[in-house]
Amino acid sequence: MTITTTRSRRLLAAAAGAGITALVLTGCGGGGGGASSTPKEFSVLTNAENTEIPDVLSTLSDDQCSAENKTLPLDLETVPQTNLDQRLQLLAGQNALPVMFSAGNAPALTKTLADSGNVLDFEKALTDLDAIDNIEPAAISTIESLYGGFNALPFEYNIEGIWYNKLLFADNGVTVPETWDELVTAAETFNAAGLTAFSASGDQGWPITRLIGNYIFRTLGPDALQKVADGDAKLTDPEYVEAAQAIADLGAAGFFGKGVGSIDADTAANQFMNGSAAMYYMGSWTLSDFADAERNQIGEENIGFMPFPSVEGGKGDSSQLAANVGLPATFNAKSYDDNVGAWLDCISENYGSTALSEKQRVSGFKLNTPVADIPPLTAEVQERIGATDETVLWFEALFTTKATTTSQTNAAQLVTGDLSAEEFMSLVQNDL
Amino acid sequence: MKQVLGDRKSILILIGPALLVYTLVMLVPVVWSLGYTLFEGNAIVGFTFVGLDNFARMLTDARVHEALWFTIRYAVVITVGQVFFGYLLSLLYVFVLKKSSGIIRTLAFFPVVLPTVAVALMFQKMFEIAPQNGLVNEFLNLFGVESVDWFGSSGSAFLVIAIMDIWRSMGFYGVLLYAGLVDIPEDVLESARIDGASGWRLVQHIVLPLSLPVLLSSIIFSINGTLKVFDSILALTNGGPGTSTSPLTIYMFQTSFTYGEYGYGSSIAFLLTLLCLVVTLFIFRSSRRDLTKG
Repeated sequence: MTITTTRSRRLLAAAAGAGITALVLTGCGGGGGGASSTPKEFSVLTNAENTEIPDVLSTLSDDQCSAENKTLPLDLETVPQTNLDQRLQLLAGQNALPVMFSAGNAPALTKTLADSGNVLDFEKALTDLDAIDNIEPAAISTIESLYGGFNALPFEYNIEGIWYNKLLFADNGVTVPETWDELVTAAETFNAAGLTAFSASGDQGWPITRLIGNYIFRTLGPDALQKVADGDAKLTDPEYVEAAQAIADLGAAGFFGKGVGSIDADTAANQFMNGSAAMYYMGSWTLSDFADAERNQIGEENIGFMPFPSVEGGKGDSSQLAANVGLPATFNAKSYDDNVGAWLDCISENYGSTALSEKQRVSGFKLNTPVADIPPLTAEVQERIGATDETVLWFEALFTTKATTTSQTNAAQLVTGDLSAEEFMSLVQNDL
Repeated sequence: MKQVLGDRKSILILIGPALLVYTLVMLVPVVWSLGYTLFEGNAIVGFTFVGLDNFARMLTDARVHEALWFTIRYAVVITVGQVFFGYLLSLLYVFVLKKSSGIIRTLAFFPVVLPTVAVALMFQKMFEIAPQNGLVNEFLNLFGVESVDWFGSSGSAFLVIAIMDIWRSMGFYGVLLYAGLVDIPEDVLESARIDGASGWRLVQHIVLPLSLPVLLSSIIFSINGTLKVFDSILALTNGGPGTSTSPLTIYMFQTSFTYGEYGYGSSIAFLLTLLCLVVTLFIFRSSRRDLTKG
């Protein structure tokens, strides 16, 4: 009897020990799935709102980059843009960043990641691959001014402005506004006709803060937000608050429609594309939405583009288009090896043409294969990019992650009247 | 049984694994986080020692004050709601439905087992205003009331959160308190009835005092759960509009993982821990008095 008891006790102890070891091992093994060294897959993490990079990469993996895909298979994952910065910081902290990932919402995060050796130096990598000529120099200079170095790839090269519904403009006798006052008058006309004047996503916030940024550039000149970043001016200065007030006034007049705070990016795009909203401030990345015949009920031919209008007496003007590289993607320096290099080489050579022909996307990659039948709207964007001498950034481009989050999460409250212009600007200024 | 529990080895074997896992996943991170309160930085850029700076900063940070105030408001309203409606349910089970309460109990308990995110999405749709009216706004329109942007202002957003969280968990407290109520000896109730007590008087003088211990447990349970609320608010309003429905937990999470300030985030977590401790001590203290002795 005693022998049996002792034996079963030993067995029990052994089983418990094995259980604990297994638990500890699984617990510790969780973080090891990352791609910090010798990746086995070409893992890509992008923001869910960007459906284009995954689609184009899939096309490339079946076509021009199929050899690279064989050695290092493409593995796609997405995360909502509002959670992107969190995810990147957590992954970087665990040394588990994927091979390629969307650069942070705030360029400041990408700078931090680059300083800690997590971001590939594309200048060197592409020069080594003899592929640096595949990138447009203008795109490289935009990236350098934003990210402090060639730290991201220009998967898109955008201009921003107001897209408008030509039919609604004609029906309501509205001509394309060239000044801020004309824009407000146009909005009043649409509002009176029972239409939503501006379709905007308050859930994302940035489509609203973009308007503030543009207003600041038009009134105070293209260097106005650089002054704020350098500490030479404050967002709480009256001339900056005036910009927030101008946008708050649009909200107070009901120009954004009902429930602007709950409207997400897709809904805002749909409101414009189903003809219930007359104007839609967005970057040219939205061209791929316009090209989707199922979603776009008003037709590409009925959509026009106007730059953000000038403000009377302002130092800036409407020729200074807001330009950017969208939310670009970058590579993990720690998992960069020859196989990843092969992918990078292939992407830099083929992405430009594939994105343009498949998604009507103008990117910062050169077109190595000529693309025929470019839709008129895309051609117009290309033309405008070519004709623009001076560009401006966006409201939060030079802000910290915290100030960016504060600005974007409070934007909806500014236009619903829950925050005054002064309160909004001081909240953002406090977090700078 | 006595023999098994009297043996040190078997106690070790029985408790050991659980204790080890608990230590690894709970105690070590707790102590670690406490250490972080004296540092600033994150896993990407490294840490620097800042002493008590984080606590000093917390005193003047308006967002911490706002989040603390919201957390307290939320905890009080939801605890009162959960326990009150749970108690009403349990009274309904015991005194009205009696033996046939099974189905109602199951139905009222059902929301407890639903995933929080699914419930939050359902409430988002119900209270929606754009792109189309949700159920609630449609209902209001029936009576000629204008649609309300429920998530557009902090007051109405708080109301939706409260309705959702009370609905979601009152079934649980209903069952918990029901277990306490069925423990009240039938003969005590019987003699009270013979003495002429019925309805509200029976509840006030017999049922309430006798179910006080389980009621108190429910309150402690509820208040500590609500002080630490995270998932339901994150899924329903994400702390918005702006930051007006952000409890300490969401602000702590954002500070640590969005702004990359692990030290300050840990300090906010420490504040939350203190709050839970104070509230629990307060409730335990006040429960030592015997309420039946007026």
